[in-house]
Amino acid sequence: MMERSLIPELQGGSLEDLLWSARELLEDDSFPTVARWREGGGKVVGHFQVYFPEEIAHAAGALPFRMRGAPVEPLQSDSRFGSYLCSILKTSLEVALTGRVELDLFVTHPICDAARNLAGIFGRNFDYPCQILYLPQNANSAHAPTYLRGEYDRLKRTVEEATGAMVTDEGLRGSIAVYNRNRALLRELYAMKRDTPWLVSADEAYVLMALGGMMRREDHNVVLETALDLLRGREVPRPDRIRVVYEGGFCEQPPLDLIRAVARSCYVVDDDLLIGMRWILGDVPEAGDPLLNLATAYLEDSSYSPVQHDNRKPKEKMLLKRIRESGADAAIVTAAKMCEPGLEEQVAYTRALDEAKVPYFVSEFEENMTSFDHLEIQLETFVENLMFD
Amino acid sequence: MTGTAMEGLVGRGNADGARLFKEWFSELEQAADDDRGAAYVFVMGSLAELLRCFDFPVVFPEINSLQTAVRHVAHDYLNEAEDYGYSPDICGYVKADVATQLRGGTHPMGRIPRPGLAVYTNACNTYIKWAEIWERMYDCPIVTIDVPGSRAAGLKPGPGHPDFENDRAYVLAQLKELIPLLEEKSGVKFDIDLLREKLGYANTAASGWKRVLELNRAKPSVFNALTDGTIYLGVSNCLRGTPEGARYFDDLVEEMEYKAKEGIGTLTEELYRLIFVGVPCYPIFRRFGELFTEWGGTFVNSTYLWFASGGANEGHQYDLDRPLESLAEGLLLGVRDAMDSMFFQTDPLLEMYESFGADGVVYHPIKSCRTVSTGLADNRRAVMDRADVPSLFIESDMMDRRVVSEAQLKNRIDAFFEGLASRRHKAAAGTTQG
Repeated sequence: MMERSLIPELQGGSLEDLLWSARELLEDDSFPTVARWREGGGKVVGHFQVYFPEEIAHAAGALPFRMRGAPVEPLQSDSRFGSYLCSILKTSLEVALTGRVELDLFVTHPICDAARNLAGIFGRNFDYPCQILYLPQNANSAHAPTYLRGEYDRLKRTVEEATGAMVTDEGLRGSIAVYNRNRALLRELYAMKRDTPWLVSADEAYVLMALGGMMRREDHNVVLETALDLLRGREVPRPDRIRVVYEGGFCEQPPLDLIRAVARSCYVVDDDLLIGMRWILGDVPEAGDPLLNLATAYLEDSSYSPVQHDNRKPKEKMLLKRIRESGADAAIVTAAKMCEPGLEEQVAYTRALDEAKVPYFVSEFEENMTSFDHLEIQLETFVENLMFD
Repeated sequence: MTGTAMEGLVGRGNADGARLFKEWFSELEQAADDDRGAAYVFVMGSLAELLRCFDFPVVFPEINSLQTAVRHVAHDYLNEAEDYGYSPDICGYVKADVATQLRGGTHPMGRIPRPGLAVYTNACNTYIKWAEIWERMYDCPIVTIDVPGSRAAGLKPGPGHPDFENDRAYVLAQLKELIPLLEEKSGVKFDIDLLREKLGYANTAASGWKRVLELNRAKPSVFNALTDGTIYLGVSNCLRGTPEGARYFDDLVEEMEYKAKEGIGTLTEELYRLIFVGVPCYPIFRRFGELFTEWGGTFVNSTYLWFASGGANEGHQYDLDRPLESLAEGLLLGVRDAMDSMFFQTDPLLEMYESFGADGVVYHPIKSCRTVSTGLADNRRAVMDRADVPSLFIESDMMDRRVVSEAQLKNRIDAFFEGLASRRHKAAAGTTQG
């Protein structure tokens, strides 16, 4: 259960109180949930985007912390990087260099050429272990699940060393159960976005989901359960709006104000924002070998993103499927500035959308952008063209 | 060999390298004329030894792309790809290749055959995104051979360690899965004895490459790692697993040993020995080198010659008694070393600096390549914290002349050399006074 002393902001009150507090918590660049966890003697495992098997850190009693950048100026980290790089790299390092978050272990992934450098960069700046988790990049090899099971075992040993706590199979099964519940609740939240989008706006849903990256998931489950109950009873008008899929938020996150600007014009009925939190689509089996179950789920029962190649999941076809299954009328195809995988995928996405005759709106964003007027006008024009076409 | 004949050795590596390179491109043009689907590969973990067993023409798109920059036409190719939809902020190599494909293979070195398949490692993530473009353009199979690298600086378990064995089993399994596809696409049955033969050629070239790099510890250095080294590197990659490649490196070792023994340096009067970190500035390749040689600076080694050879600098020798298993192990070790040269380079760089008697380190991060460039500023800080190493940090690009400012580069480079000179004078004065 959620301890009152750790997350008091989210307890009690109305839906509006909960949403307001959730947003304040998410945008607080002092990361109070992490700080309180540490003050209580807890260990923190920081992991960079996109996907990380948090269950392994959770089973060690640690707080898995999703490093997704932050709305901060990269005053110290800027000198550690060259030019021409995306913002999330710099702000993720900034929150660590400035002590906004203190970690016991940092893990990055070979999701892109820039992110895989983070193990070296963090490792040169901090004394705690900083590593790459080599998630398999040949998802189509029959040996990939076995390999990944071994890699997860290596991670388990690293987590044990960093936290001083043993990770048992029983503990892992317990953590898998907590995360299965979390995934189910996120599916409910997304079903609400899709089926009754007037009940929860894109920015509200985003805030509720993103909080999970900075608190223990059993606590997040309580937040989601509470919020979903309140949202179901919400009495709001049902304005007629265009239904869109938002694509391009798999790693660096657009500012919350940008998501809100989009939500003012459209119903965002599906998206890839923080897709790592919804990477595994169903329940991970709790019986059997937990590491192998996690590995198999990563490969065999998972979503898609520009940073994973899988012959079974051509990205542009997956986007069209997402549009179709969510009943969207159009797509917003974005990419973070300087994000190579995102920018490269934009070409494939827009060509596929052209061919399928799905209207789309293309843009770039940066997590620290502060002006949305121009984008909002462009988006409104796009929407009006669709509505009155 | 007579004294005169030995003197004829000097410069042979460069001349032979240029000739072999032209011949290789001519073969590719013939393959294009015959409409043969080529195996598209990349320099870090090309698996050319295996692919040549199936008689595939082997295309290195990175090399094709850099050639457009060296030949001063890259901007046309970049513009064409950007018109197609690709962002100015992605890898220039990718865009030059996209334009090459859109032009039906037309390239300044000759026509490039279309991809019949692509086989590549994950040493650079862009390899994967790049191959997806061919998959979409040609509906050809693309195969990632996933080679896990070091998880952290210095974390390099060796054979027998469970983590190494987990990685090795994965790489071997992928190679075994690849072979039936190669058989299907080529119509050629896999011959393990032929693989053994190709690995033998690769062994000769790798040991030669390692030896050549070591010989540049000589004073004066026997080749310029930035300019001459790039020619040798090209042969190391393009002719990997061939008798011509093996012979070339035997000859190159002979030339370099002769130069070292006779004290014959490069064309530069060697005043400063430098280490190069990054990727060369190909749009002004010759001039870029001159900005250093005009000051008497020569590059004695570079991380480029390590990672862009796919780790061949380690001189790994395949065990010909167990070719496929050894190929997997060699690929794992080589690609891991290549990635270490980019991500975890502090210790190797300091060792290189000491053992090559260097006077400074030149960092050249480039817009086009995040793999190489992302960590260089931080690495420089770490190196300077650990040792008294003069260094220069200059940014430009390997492809895009729009972000190459020769005047700015020259200003920074001149100031760097003035600093080196001043440092040397102070040191000399200190010695005299002492």
